[in-house]
Amino acid sequence: MKIIDPYKLRNDFPMFQNKVKMQGRPLIFLDNASTTFKPYAVLKAVNEYFETSTANSHRGDYDLCYNVDLKIDEARQTLANFIHADKREIVFTSGTSMSINLIAYGYGAKHLTKDDEILITQAEHASNVLPWFKVGEMTGCKINYIPLNDQGKLVAENLKKVISKKTKIVAVAHVTNVLGFIIDIKEIVKIAHEYGAIVVCDGAQSVPHMPTDVKDSDVDFLSFSGHKMVGPTGIGVLYGKYALLEKTAPFMTGGGMNAKFDMCGDVTYLNPPSKFEAGTQNIEGIFGLKAAVDYLQNIGMENIRAYEDELRAYALGKLKKNAKVVIYNETADSGIITFNVKGVFAQDEATYLNSQGIACRSGQHCAKILLDYLGEVATVRASLYFYNTKEDVDAFVSALEKGGDFLDAYFA
Amino acid sequence: MPILLDPQMMRAIIMDHYEKPRNKRTPTDPNYKMMHIDSPNCIDDIQVFLREENGVIVDCAFDGVACTISTASTDIMTELVVGKTTSEALYIIEQYQKMIHEQPFDDSVLDEAIVFINTHRQAARIKCATIGWDALEELLDHRHEKK
Repeated sequence: MKIIDPYKLRNDFPMFQNKVKMQGRPLIFLDNASTTFKPYAVLKAVNEYFETSTANSHRGDYDLCYNVDLKIDEARQTLANFIHADKREIVFTSGTSMSINLIAYGYGAKHLTKDDEILITQAEHASNVLPWFKVGEMTGCKINYIPLNDQGKLVAENLKKVISKKTKIVAVAHVTNVLGFIIDIKEIVKIAHEYGAIVVCDGAQSVPHMPTDVKDSDVDFLSFSGHKMVGPTGIGVLYGKYALLEKTAPFMTGGGMNAKFDMCGDVTYLNPPSKFEAGTQNIEGIFGLKAAVDYLQNIGMENIRAYEDELRAYALGKLKKNAKVVIYNETADSGIITFNVKGVFAQDEATYLNSQGIACRSGQHCAKILLDYLGEVATVRASLYFYNTKEDVDAFVSALEKGGDFLDAYFA
Repeated sequence: MPILLDPQMMRAIIMDHYEKPRNKRTPTDPNYKMMHIDSPNCIDDIQVFLREENGVIVDCAFDGVACTISTASTDIMTELVVGKTTSEALYIIEQYQKMIHEQPFDDSVLDEAIVFINTHRQAARIKCATIGWDALEELLDHRHEKK
């Protein structure tokens, strides 16, 4: 029995139903690590807010407003259940970047000193590197790197080699955005906790594709974005253990996050998560994200994971028959396939794929590990999701067979 | 006169300049002006070098990391402008930019650069086809400002 029927699921997505074309050809979307298509259910949830239930949240004395508060609360509960957290531990943000910045400025800059250390890896996305550089600038703490193994993967043994009592924060992606390795986050957390460090997990590439259980992994903070999991752009989540959120300073101040203040400058902030949600929130985004999570849970995260695994294996099997294709992450286990076509510059290959209606991403993917671990300045990344089909893969594979003719894109 | 717009020939010219760029090097002579330019969209991260004597371009070169389109287009440019006066070079650059952006242009001065005439079909690559040209224009314009 099929785990997932992508053809049936495509009926739920306007981008498929509208038969969107690119370069005059049926669109084959293999850039799901960047963003994802949205099902009608998400559009409906967003539109409902605009069409029949517009009001601001907080302290409204009328029904519409009260209902918005109720629905935000309901969405928070849905997100909490989705990752096995408590509702009070779910902070709505604009996405992963804002979530990590919130921890960096609100927790890192507040609690770290010049004698402390933050450990990251060279495989991190810029949004899990640059905020920590800022913390380094502000506190004088050191930013050091956990060495990756020879395939570019973070393994727990390597954390053991470098972690010390000075380490206060370990900031790593559960799934890295270029090579797509799934790390043993539970083991990483266990080691970090033995040294009294907290783990800040970037879940942007993991939460959309597999079951997430923050109780089981015991991560201290987890960030993810709605738009990479069939939700709207501009909405995401910061999960934090409640005790840590209490110790985190608000990144932004303003309305909706203070309990009271006076002219002497005495301010009392609300408790988490409200403390972090200053100003009017992205209310339609929150409703859209809830609908996205409902949609994913209806399919089942285990099923999504299993299907992507199967589709990845199918793609690799075919790609390996093409001697011109170099795959850089064959042993990875997510839907991310990183490759080059011999003799063709990565972006030229992506341009050629564009001319065939195939969306892939080329370049350094905001991570700078490529030179060190791959010996390549740039690669092409194809990233799968549950709505991709074997036909998508077939079209992609057959386009790559002609990969040497990338200048066709100019002269076809 | 422009070369014939035969796709096979156009393709061969791009690949030839990519694989064997004529002027991809970093001059050590301090009389060169240099402009660093990179692209947020592509890997392109190049330096363009210019040496002028008495208002005439005596050498133009580039170096750095660049894709096929940017390497070939920049290399062709370096060959085109040597021996030209500043205003002649600026005129060539202007015609090239017009061609890239699908406006009427004077093809008599573009020579091999005509091979990039279809760049608009892959709009994401316009920056690659113009990055070196933008840098040279900047270098030449600076000279004007100093006057």
